[in-house]
Amino acid sequence: MTPLAGYLLVAALLFAIGLAGALTRRNAILVLIGIELMLNAANLNFIAFWRYSPHPEALTGMMFAIFSIAVAAAEAAVGLGLVISIHRHAHTTDLDAINRMKG
Amino acid sequence: MSIAFYLLAALTLGGALAAVLLKNTVHCALALTVAFAGLALLFLQLDAQFAGFAQIMIYVGAVAILVVFAILLTRGSETPTDGVLSRRWFAGLLIAVAVFSVIGWAVLQSTRALPHQLAAPSVTVQDIGVALMGRYVLPLEILALLLTAATIGAVIVAMYEKEGPK
Repeated sequence: MTPLAGYLLVAALLFAIGLAGALTRRNAILVLIGIELMLNAANLNFIAFWRYSPHPEALTGMMFAIFSIAVAAAEAAVGLGLVISIHRHAHTTDLDAINRMKG
Repeated sequence: MSIAFYLLAALTLGGALAAVLLKNTVHCALALTVAFAGLALLFLQLDAQFAGFAQIMIYVGAVAILVVFAILLTRGSETPTDGVLSRRWFAGLLIAVAVFSVIGWAVLQSTRALPHQLAAPSVTVQDIGVALMGRYVLPLEILALLLTAATIGAVIVAMYEKEGPK
């Protein structure tokens, strides 16, 4: 097994773990944690492909990963703000209990 | 494949599993921090120093703290008595397993076609800075705008209070 395949398998496992967390947990914050794990798995793929690419000095995969990290930070801020707002409104973060978008 | 890779992969995947499986939400956030730190070490193992340290600063330093704040502000640290899984958790688990089998199958099928270059790329932080200020300056500016908008939006969404009696 080449090193790149190892990193890709780790990233795939991480993505599957994040997906399972996002799909099976009830707490909205745990769903956001799962989404963060999935984004990080994608970043690991970018960095691994950059490292084993024929032209790493072009920095393409590295730049994509850096921009992706920044976008994920913005996503986390807005997502957690939404969770806090929903909790203030519905007094719960249980996604099975939140079934209306209109107050 | 070095021993360091297996250790870091085990650390990362263990942290991620704990973050998804633990019952107490605060413990989940702490396990998430371990997973992020393991990922940063994996980035360093891949000779991506800048991305690794950015990962530590942004994820371990900021996102994990943000998650802990959100948990404490929403009283999510109280473990619910009727389980932590949603009603259709089995379907979700099945989908995750199916996605992993497809990706893993694709990776294992293409092992021979994957590149096998071992010489470490010599990329310094200066190169990254020059690229950010040269070829990638427009995405950088758009990203700055996005971060500003996201910060303002998050503050407005979280501070909004409904008027009148509830």
